[in-house]
Amino acid sequence: MSKKPYKLEARNLNAFYGGFHALKDINIAMEEKAVTAFIGPSGCGKSTFLRTLNRMNDYIDGFRVEGDILLDGRDIYGKDVRVDELRKEVGMVFQKPNPFPKTIFENVVYGLKIQGIKDKKVLTEAAERSLRQTALWEEVKDKMDKSALALSGGQQQRLCIARALAISPSVILMDEPTSALDPISTAKIEELIYELKNDYTIVIVTHNMQQAGRVSDQTAFFYMGELVEYAKTKTMFTSPKHERTQNYITGRFG
Amino acid sequence: MRLLLKSHLACKNFPLRVQERIIEGLLWLSAVITILITAAIIWVLLSESVSFFSEVSIIDFLTDKEWTPLFAQKHFGILPLVAGTLLTTAIAIAVALPIGLTIAVYLNEYAPGRFKQTVKPLLEILATIPTVVYGFFALTVVTPFLQKIIPTLAGFNALSAGIVMGIMIIPMISSLSEDAISAVPRSLREAAYGMGSTRLQTAFGVMVPAASSGIVVSVILAISRAVGETMIVAIAAGQQPRLTLDPTVPIETITTYIVQVSLGDVPHGSLEYRTIFAAGITLFIFTFALNNLSFWIKKKYQEKYD
Repeated sequence: MSKKPYKLEARNLNAFYGGFHALKDINIAMEEKAVTAFIGPSGCGKSTFLRTLNRMNDYIDGFRVEGDILLDGRDIYGKDVRVDELRKEVGMVFQKPNPFPKTIFENVVYGLKIQGIKDKKVLTEAAERSLRQTALWEEVKDKMDKSALALSGGQQQRLCIARALAISPSVILMDEPTSALDPISTAKIEELIYELKNDYTIVIVTHNMQQAGRVSDQTAFFYMGELVEYAKTKTMFTSPKHERTQNYITGRFG
Repeated sequence: MRLLLKSHLACKNFPLRVQERIIEGLLWLSAVITILITAAIIWVLLSESVSFFSEVSIIDFLTDKEWTPLFAQKHFGILPLVAGTLLTTAIAIAVALPIGLTIAVYLNEYAPGRFKQTVKPLLEILATIPTVVYGFFALTVVTPFLQKIIPTLAGFNALSAGIVMGIMIIPMISSLSEDAISAVPRSLREAAYGMGSTRLQTAFGVMVPAASSGIVVSVILAISRAVGETMIVAIAAGQQPRLTLDPTVPIETITTYIVQVSLGDVPHGSLEYRTIFAAGITLFIFTFALNNLSFWIKKKYQEKYD
């Protein structure tokens, strides 16, 4: 396999919640059109790090970062960066499905509408395309004007992914996207992630070792705010370099 | 638990069951008294209104365009008073809704946490100012000021009373709406930001619609408050029942009329005297319907977004 270019890179990244040092000197480079999984015990900083990648922590009082995060070589914490523009490039899917209390159609086209796109035909086509990408189209095509809240949890999560895809980001961040779902819905989302990596760079936080093993190309293990080990998923799961990684992935702690 | 045990031990000679029964009885009594008083008020309103309507036809009452029960040429059309009430209420809401909602959105979406904690209670102070003070403020400050802009404005008018009433109910709308917006799950705000929404788009595209049931309830309660408001309109809006939508001339609201007759020298038991009960029951029907509507909306839509 030829070496892919780096899409996202963190250099000497430190993050603080007030006086709490949440991320300690993180250096990591993530490949384009690949899935990178972040694993580690609760409170290890993996979610915090994921949320620095689209500056979702900006609104938390007392949160600050030092160091650089580069998206296509450009610092996303730079002064000239507009955070709403950044998030159109770096989409996000959350732990709990969070569709808007609007119709299915309105949910999918929300991102396009806030960009000022009003053309009904463009919106309808984009909605169908995104829903097909998430294999939701057949299930919802006859009830596009029904409330998104009437869908099942798994459908809601795929709708949230479709909503993120509709604005054509190049990176998708997923924060434990299946932790609130049943095994069948989880399997569908995992299949979807596998499909999506052909077109998108995906970063996923997960508590589920098997999931990390199944869906990711690279895995990063975080512990107490530090990046302990970062390697090809296969390598990490078969021959981890650090004892702590070994203990974690074999379930001895965490 | 320990306290309960102690008090139990302290009255060892007094059986617990009797004690419980007495407390239960007292609680029951207070509940019943409240209901009885409400029922009595409604009874008085109803019985006096019934004897009023035995002399004045209800059709005249609802369709006659003049309200002159105190004149020699008597007319008993409630419409002018209803129009006066609705006019001042509409002006008040037109002032309070945009300002109140803007404040709610600002406090929720833009203001830093500590600022919000200071400003919200300060705003609620507005609601503690006696309404008679608002009334004089309308008559002696707002009206003269407005007369500089609108020279034809009468000394007593619906406009100035409505505006001041609007200022009075701003905290009601801003505070209740802010509560409603705060109650929208954080995950929705994150979803909006995650899609690249600006703060403004998040606030008005996601948060306000998601909180709409709570916001509507706050507006209905504010309308109900404005409809029943007495002092401001009695002082600043005039006492001339007039079927008009012109906010620059003196009008009279239902509440003002009741004050006018109650303070006047109309003999008890006369037909003129009973008009205040007819006016009172009209007012009661308005506020009762509004409060029930808000209760119904709250119940029907409250859990929708969880």
